[in-house]
Amino acid sequence: MAAPDPEKSLLGWFRSGMPWIWLTAGTVSFSLIMVFGLLLLITLRGMGHFWPHDVARLHLIEGTDVPYALGQIVDRETVTAARVKALGIEVPPGRDFVDRYLLKIGNRDVNGFDFKWFSEAEFTGMDYPPDVFVAEREEWGNFYGYLEGVKESGELVASGEQAWPALRERLARKQVLKARISAIEKHTMGKVSATLERLRLQRRALQLDGAPTDDPRYADLEAVGRSQDEIYNRLSEELAVLYGEIVRDTITVRTIDGAVTDLNVQTLVRVFAPNRMNVVEKLRHYGSKIAEFLLDDPREANTEGGVFPAIFGTVLMVLLMSVLVTPFGVIAAIYLREYAHQGTLTRIIRIAVNNLAGVPSVVYGVFGLGFFVYYAGGTIDQLFFPEALPAPTFGTPGMLWSSLTLALLTVPVVIVATEEGLSRIPRSIREGSLALGATKAETLWRTVLPMATPAMMTGLILAVARAAGEVAPLMMVGVVKLAPSLPLDGSFPFLHLDRKFMHLGFHIFDVGFQSPNVEAARPLVYATSLLLVIIIVTLNLAAITIRNRLRDRYNAAET
Amino acid sequence: MQQKPEPHREATDISNNPANAGLSRRVDVDALRGSHGAQTQEADLPICIDVKNLNLFYSEKQALRDINLVIPEKRVTAFIGPSGCGKSTLLRCFNRMNDLIDNVRIDGEVNLQGENIFDASINIATLRRRVGMVFQKPNPFPKSIYENVAYGLRIQGIKARRVLDKAVERSLRRAALWDEVKDRVHDSALGLSGGQQQRLVIARAIAIEPEVLLLDEPASALDPISTLKIEELIYELKNDYTIVIVTHNMQQAARVSDFTAFMYMGDLIEVGSTKALFTAPEKKQTEDYITGRYG
Repeated sequence: MAAPDPEKSLLGWFRSGMPWIWLTAGTVSFSLIMVFGLLLLITLRGMGHFWPHDVARLHLIEGTDVPYALGQIVDRETVTAARVKALGIEVPPGRDFVDRYLLKIGNRDVNGFDFKWFSEAEFTGMDYPPDVFVAEREEWGNFYGYLEGVKESGELVASGEQAWPALRERLARKQVLKARISAIEKHTMGKVSATLERLRLQRRALQLDGAPTDDPRYADLEAVGRSQDEIYNRLSEELAVLYGEIVRDTITVRTIDGAVTDLNVQTLVRVFAPNRMNVVEKLRHYGSKIAEFLLDDPREANTEGGVFPAIFGTVLMVLLMSVLVTPFGVIAAIYLREYAHQGTLTRIIRIAVNNLAGVPSVVYGVFGLGFFVYYAGGTIDQLFFPEALPAPTFGTPGMLWSSLTLALLTVPVVIVATEEGLSRIPRSIREGSLALGATKAETLWRTVLPMATPAMMTGLILAVARAAGEVAPLMMVGVVKLAPSLPLDGSFPFLHLDRKFMHLGFHIFDVGFQSPNVEAARPLVYATSLLLVIIIVTLNLAAITIRNRLRDRYNAAET
Repeated sequence: MQQKPEPHREATDISNNPANAGLSRRVDVDALRGSHGAQTQEADLPICIDVKNLNLFYSEKQALRDINLVIPEKRVTAFIGPSGCGKSTLLRCFNRMNDLIDNVRIDGEVNLQGENIFDASINIATLRRRVGMVFQKPNPFPKSIYENVAYGLRIQGIKARRVLDKAVERSLRRAALWDEVKDRVHDSALGLSGGQQQRLVIARAIAIEPEVLLLDEPASALDPISTLKIEELIYELKNDYTIVIVTHNMQQAARVSDFTAFMYMGDLIEVGSTKALFTAPEKKQTEDYITGRYG
């Protein structure tokens, strides 16, 4: 037998460096698998939620109160027989494990819950009756059952198969009426209310100024107030009529248990019969659900409807933060790198700045609440909005304070990146500019800063990536579960920095852990997570594109 | 460096140094001529820069030792010497580029047209407009060719398109670059070759009409053809500008300059008309250097 080849021995293998390559490559692969696995999980769980799954009818075993159960299967798991037995359910002898299905049975108004587990042992069969009717409602979650008839002002106008087109027609009418109502409530009436509130504040300001009670300005305000009141009353009447019309239609439905009830068309969001829909119809339904998710306000304690206010709040907050943090960080970096004497003090400041990036974000939240909200906001209120006190204007968590807190949180990143960029500008370029008679400031403005813009963008990218995902500090300085109005709208001054706002990160926490109906909300948590990831990636990609464009312009000079 | 210039270490009073005596105070080209016995220069050249007792220290290290020198107007003066001899440092004194370096101490005078540039009343930006500079490595800004040339003018607040257009074209023509770039003046300057970039930088420097042009080894990073073009350009430009060029290439100094100063270890060893210095150096060190014995 030949002597072992040293190259092939274990030691030789170690010496060749192969284990090292395997270790490094393995680590990279592991990271990639984790990232893509995470994305895949939230995509599947999140996006599957909007698909109109078929509605199954379970044939329950003899001895149950009702013969059938109706609902969408949303989950399936294998559990030990002992666990099922512990729930008081008969399991055939000799089985160690049984499958059980989570059925979304809906009808919370009737059952008191939306979801129910059914183990294999509890039913004998399953089918998909084609005439099952599903209604999404404004409240009480989905309704599952059968459509019996449509009533107009209590009179039956259609029943059986004719009920479907009649219902669709009436649902369309309801949407039109609802749009009109919300237009009046949100815009016209909102404006009147805002005007009335402004009048109240003006009157209060007059009082604070010590104007005598017979001051003619009171009368002016009074007159404007009366005209506004008139408009308000007219709108109220208009609304009353619309509200009267919108409740005209009802439908008669029957649950799987045989109970027959009436549902007012006003409470319905959309109706469909999933078991009869073909793929195209399902896709259309899916698209409309996604559109609702992206563009509508949330319903039912955030567990239904859309997340538009949260998307809007997240993006606006990040943009505001960028606007605040970029000039601040860049200017600080310019001083540190270009003007400050590079001594011990500057070094200490630099270390301190770097360490600020490591402070837990919740600490910034506490600081933001104490300094920005209570101190700065309280002072602003006393100086500029005394008439609104004791109700705070800026002395309460809001958009401005959230953006400022996150700007503070991310400013070290921008400073470090900008300094890095400034130090990479070649000396020869600065000297070239100075040799042409430019002063130091002119050299900075015309040559050095433009060349450092890619580095500033890098800082901003890192800042955005960090800020968009933060939730903890925001909970203290401005994010709420449900904001009544967007921080940007059509009434003066358009950008309402004092308003509280919704945020996707907080929305995930709220829906996932604070909602009364966790099971119903869980897919929404995944969908919202996916959306948050997509938004952060989009914001980053936008910034990276800008940076690369800038870099192309300047890169040759950096080599 | 095999030899040490012992006598010059001790010679703090340069006026004792016969090589510098003729050039130390007044422009006395006759004396310069006389000292070398060369009849190549016209008489009575006006002085442009007059350096008096200039010492420069980097922290504790002395980089220039009691330099006395005059630079005549509208002539090319070359500084030669081995690496680290202080020739670039001296050049950078003329537009106060050394101010940018921390811990630099300068004493002595550099008079530009009779005014001491280290005087507190001197505006550095204005000085640098009068004394243009071209560096060893081409350093165009990452802007268009046009904007590079117009940079100095824009700094001076000139915005009129017509004025800028004219100045850019004139400068590029004088830098012998116009024909090569006239169709793409709005393209990035970074797309030019090294030699073109260096001529662009010269065009940028002359666009603001300086009195003096300082060239710090302008051709050392370039290929022979580009070097030749730069040298031709220097020959053209000396009609309008006082040119001071630092080079470690003695053939180049011999080709382009009217006067040459040889420096060694921070001392100005010898200065005179180029022809005289290269054919009949007075100092042994100069002779050793130009014959290639050290450096």
